[in-house]
Amino acid sequence: MQNNNNKLINKVTQSDYKYGFYTDIETDKAPKGLTEDTIRFIWEKKNEPDFMLDFRLKAFRHWQKMKEPTWAHIQYNPIDYQDIIYYAAPRKKPQYENMNQVDPELLETFNKLGIPLEEQKQLAGVAVDAVMDSTSVTTTYKKALSEKGIIFSSFSEALQNHPELLQKYMATVVPYTDNFFAALNSAVFSDGSFVYIPKGVRCPIELSTYFRINAANTGQFERTLIVAEEGSYVSYLEGCTAPMRSENQLHAAIVEIVAHKNAEVKYSTVQNWWPGDKKGKGGVFNFVTKRGICKEDNAKISWTQVETGSAITWKYPSLILKGNNTTGEFFSVAVTNNMQQADTGTKMIHSGKNSRSTIISKGISAGKSNNSYRGLVKMSKEATNSRNYSQCDSLLLGNKSGAHTFPYIDVQNKSSIVEHEATTSKISEDQLFYCLQRGIDVENAIGLIVNGYAKDVLNKLPMEFAVEAQKLLSVSLERSIG
Amino acid sequence: MTELNHNNNSLKHDVFKNILVGLYEKNHDKIIGNSSVIIQKLRQKAFEHFKQNGFPDKKMESWRFTNPEPLFRDDYHIDFESKFRKIDVSKIFTCDVYDLDTYCITLINGWFAYQNSPLSRLKDGTVIGSLYKAMEIYPDIVEKYLGSVAKINEQGLVSLNTAFMQDGLFIYVPDNVKVEKPVQVINIVDSDKPVFIQPRNLIITGKNSNLTLVHCDHSLTHNISFTNTVSEVVLHENAFIDHYKVQNKGRNSALLTSLFFLQEKNSILANNVITLNGGFTRNQVDLSLTDENCTADLNGLYLMDRNQHVDNQVFVDHAASNSRSNQLYKGILDDQASGVFYGKVLVGRNSQNTKAFQNNKNILLTDETKINTQPFLEIYADDVKCSHGATVGQLDTDALFYMRSRGICERTAKQMLMYAFAGEVVKKISIEPLRDNITKLVEKRLKGELSICDQCILNCSSREPRFIQNILD
Amino acid sequence: MLTIKNLSVSVEGKLILKGLNLEVKEGEVHAIMGPNGSGKSTLASVISGRNYLTIEQGEVTYMGKNLLEIPPEVRSKEGIFLGFQYPVEIPGVSITNFMRTAINEKRKHLELKPLSGAEFLKLMEEKQKILKIQSKLTNRSVNEGFSGGEKKKNEIFQMALLEPKLAILDETDSGLDIDALKVVANGVNLLRRKDNATVVITHYQRLLDYVIPDFVHVLFDGMIVKSGGKELALELEEKGYNWIKESLKKT
Repeated sequence: MQNNNNKLINKVTQSDYKYGFYTDIETDKAPKGLTEDTIRFIWEKKNEPDFMLDFRLKAFRHWQKMKEPTWAHIQYNPIDYQDIIYYAAPRKKPQYENMNQVDPELLETFNKLGIPLEEQKQLAGVAVDAVMDSTSVTTTYKKALSEKGIIFSSFSEALQNHPELLQKYMATVVPYTDNFFAALNSAVFSDGSFVYIPKGVRCPIELSTYFRINAANTGQFERTLIVAEEGSYVSYLEGCTAPMRSENQLHAAIVEIVAHKNAEVKYSTVQNWWPGDKKGKGGVFNFVTKRGICKEDNAKISWTQVETGSAITWKYPSLILKGNNTTGEFFSVAVTNNMQQADTGTKMIHSGKNSRSTIISKGISAGKSNNSYRGLVKMSKEATNSRNYSQCDSLLLGNKSGAHTFPYIDVQNKSSIVEHEATTSKISEDQLFYCLQRGIDVENAIGLIVNGYAKDVLNKLPMEFAVEAQKLLSVSLERSIG
Repeated sequence: MTELNHNNNSLKHDVFKNILVGLYEKNHDKIIGNSSVIIQKLRQKAFEHFKQNGFPDKKMESWRFTNPEPLFRDDYHIDFESKFRKIDVSKIFTCDVYDLDTYCITLINGWFAYQNSPLSRLKDGTVIGSLYKAMEIYPDIVEKYLGSVAKINEQGLVSLNTAFMQDGLFIYVPDNVKVEKPVQVINIVDSDKPVFIQPRNLIITGKNSNLTLVHCDHSLTHNISFTNTVSEVVLHENAFIDHYKVQNKGRNSALLTSLFFLQEKNSILANNVITLNGGFTRNQVDLSLTDENCTADLNGLYLMDRNQHVDNQVFVDHAASNSRSNQLYKGILDDQASGVFYGKVLVGRNSQNTKAFQNNKNILLTDETKINTQPFLEIYADDVKCSHGATVGQLDTDALFYMRSRGICERTAKQMLMYAFAGEVVKKISIEPLRDNITKLVEKRLKGELSICDQCILNCSSREPRFIQNILD
Repeated sequence: MLTIKNLSVSVEGKLILKGLNLEVKEGEVHAIMGPNGSGKSTLASVISGRNYLTIEQGEVTYMGKNLLEIPPEVRSKEGIFLGFQYPVEIPGVSITNFMRTAINEKRKHLELKPLSGAEFLKLMEEKQKILKIQSKLTNRSVNEGFSGGEKKKNEIFQMALLEPKLAILDETDSGLDIDALKVVANGVNLLRRKDNATVVITHYQRLLDYVIPDFVHVLFDGMIVKSGGKELALELEEKGYNWIKESLKKT
């Protein structure tokens, strides 16, 4: 009967990655490879202010001195940084006055992705910025937002229209010296999103960016910066897909969030980059630095992520809780299947008094994949009366996958409390049988149980994302036990 | 302030290494002593490894929070020959655990101190005594096991010890023998100069055998000492070992212990690491569960104050199925003390039905204390039940209030709660006299009495504390 | 409907059922009684298809098919329902979602259109009303944090939704207070029809005061050693299982 079960599980077929198509759009590319000339090329192409060239070159020179980190629990063939195209933009740019001017191929691409860009077709209440191969294609709902003083635009546009804001905030949370991939991004990033919420403003709609890698041999290096002024609120969503390609594609992004006094920022990600095929060929290498700072008192930032894609995930959305009474949250579901490898988690650096942080991480490993949680909780001497609660659970499907937990806890004062709990177990035979007895087949039963297991995190996602995420979890785990 | 932690003139990594390499080369003949060709090969290999890799440094993952540099000095003295062969140990030291009837063995500065015989053979065939002597009399056994459990490639400390090893404890328990009394080994440091000591212990328990081993470390001197102990313990099929490592050392002593256990089928290990005092303490417990149905309970307690530093490293390798391991490490840190816990459970691909638990709990009493805890799980099998937990916090304020509302003064209430906290580990000690003694020591320690004597409290003639310092407020 | 012939089953090398025979026809209610360890739950497991068992010999047919060859979820879709002795908790999965999935899988199997969310909710309400279950079980995760009584009521509720042909209730009465017991019994009685059958597995006679069986079987040491009408249950209650042991010794 045991075998029967396994056979049944084996029978469930591999579903296709439905975002794996490639769109034939003319692109404007930089020559392959990375030199100071490449950086000047990007800078010129984007017509950026002078300070940007200085910033990019400093970052590049620093990057040249750095070594790729090796401490994460991931293995991959060396990346040839000279074999990558660092800039590729849909050629029929530049500015669109309205949707009718957008390349129909491009509109079709985003429609296929389930992201309609035409405003009338949009889900009510979500403004979208779509970034294809590093360049922002279009930003919707701009007018409605600007009436409230909210800036939601592509990073390049913001560099043209609000250079003073970018100069003030860019790289203040993640300096270009932070790590190897952050330095690389700072040198070559081509676009991304910028959000600015003025004092006391509650952003009435969800802001959303969809990232898409399309061109071959292209790296995607985008940069997102969110600034929430005193007493403001914003919820921001990010989604990612890429075409199926047999070679690996590099994605090295930076996200920075600054929350001033009493401000609140929610950042949700559904990451579904192409994970590579069953044998581990192809897939996106996802090296991302995300960090927020609760700069002043009572600020709150929460990260929610559902990670199902990418061949390699190296990502630790972190928070610096600098103000007093600040709150940090990290909710994560990471699913790995086949040959995927994920090393993901968070850092909660407490330096404000009475600061609070919560970490809930649910890892699900299937196939021959490896899934690691890595997290740091640090209570500095000044962070008196602070608290952290972490719960990191791992679920194993099949006996060829690995689930690992690497928490680092560093406490330097007597009044803070840190609690970390973690469990690792396989999917329960009793639960599976209970579902089977009620007539639910194995594939659906696993979907149900895994979604239930991840519910604490999925509940944190905005509605439209939650539905998508639930489907993604089930799809990602198809043919997971064997 | 301990001199150890404030050795501003500490040497550079390489300089210290070169001093040790020089010492080895200069005293090569003495070190070799009676070693056989096989042992000599092992030693030479280890020396080459140390020469190449040197001492651990802060860049290594397991040394990130423990800086070994204060230990690097150029004035260590090493005894390459025993000066303590025929000494009446009772004249310089008596064990404080009164009712504990043991086969008691003493090492002074790493050398076996004996009155009559360096190696005793009990009626049941058990051999207890000096490793130096065992190399001579039982070369087959020593050659078979020595260096087979300790992982030389990963640890600079182990290769250093292996290069310099001369003496230490040797125990061989034949198959089916239950050693009647506990074996107690007391490792004393006594020197008027800074000393560097590297005892090597080898313990082999045969099939279906049963051994209780109490390993105590003490210092009789305020002088600086650096002890780098390596123990290798083999549990053959169905063997049972109840192992204790108790430490109560001076603030100028650094004690680095690497304990390697290898468990075969159905064997059971209970290991308790109790650190009550010591300037610089690092306990490494490395456990390999190589076959099915092994059980291991690894417990630790550390009570540190002033600027003492303790680092507990526990590595459990579940290399076979159906085994169970359970770690419980608890610590209380006071004053400027700092602590590290690094636990790792590795469950291999074929280690199905593994149960592994790991728990580290800490209480910090001041804002100057620091704790780094890293309870890691690395799991490649799916039919497992593994969990870990780590907490850092203070005494439960609700409980404190409750006790105070019943008329218990705050200081006593705090002591009671701390004792209760530590008691979870203490009560796992199954040798009653030892448990009673540790209980007393912990109580004293938590009242702040033990630290004042600073050292050799087990040997303290007066049971009354000189004065009571209120460390709790 | 269900025929068990000469069935022997072992668990981890230990023989639990030793040549058991049982025939259940449409419209019947059978009670299987027996002391602890006699094999009652193993019997329930065989019928529902749990995988830790080894069938040593014998056959089980259900609606003319070899039941032992059918995977558990298909058995369920074909109308076999097991009320678990210890219903498992499934954190994060709401009962609504769980049962809607189950019902629509069954409907798919029967080539019926799936129920919409609204239709399903209506059905849930109806069933809840019929069973007089007031507590808001439905918004909670499957069995999570339920009391013993709530778990058992939830089993009956699921049974009502799935409308099985053959319901096996494994110790559904154990650990229930009298009110919960009445809810459970009421549920079983309400769902009783001419074309379905119920097998009640129990240790005590108590439930049989409310659910009147047509047949009572005594399971002892892996075999049915005595069968009779509802009066057998009363006799057992009065004389205890030792009476059976004694009478077995005599023969």
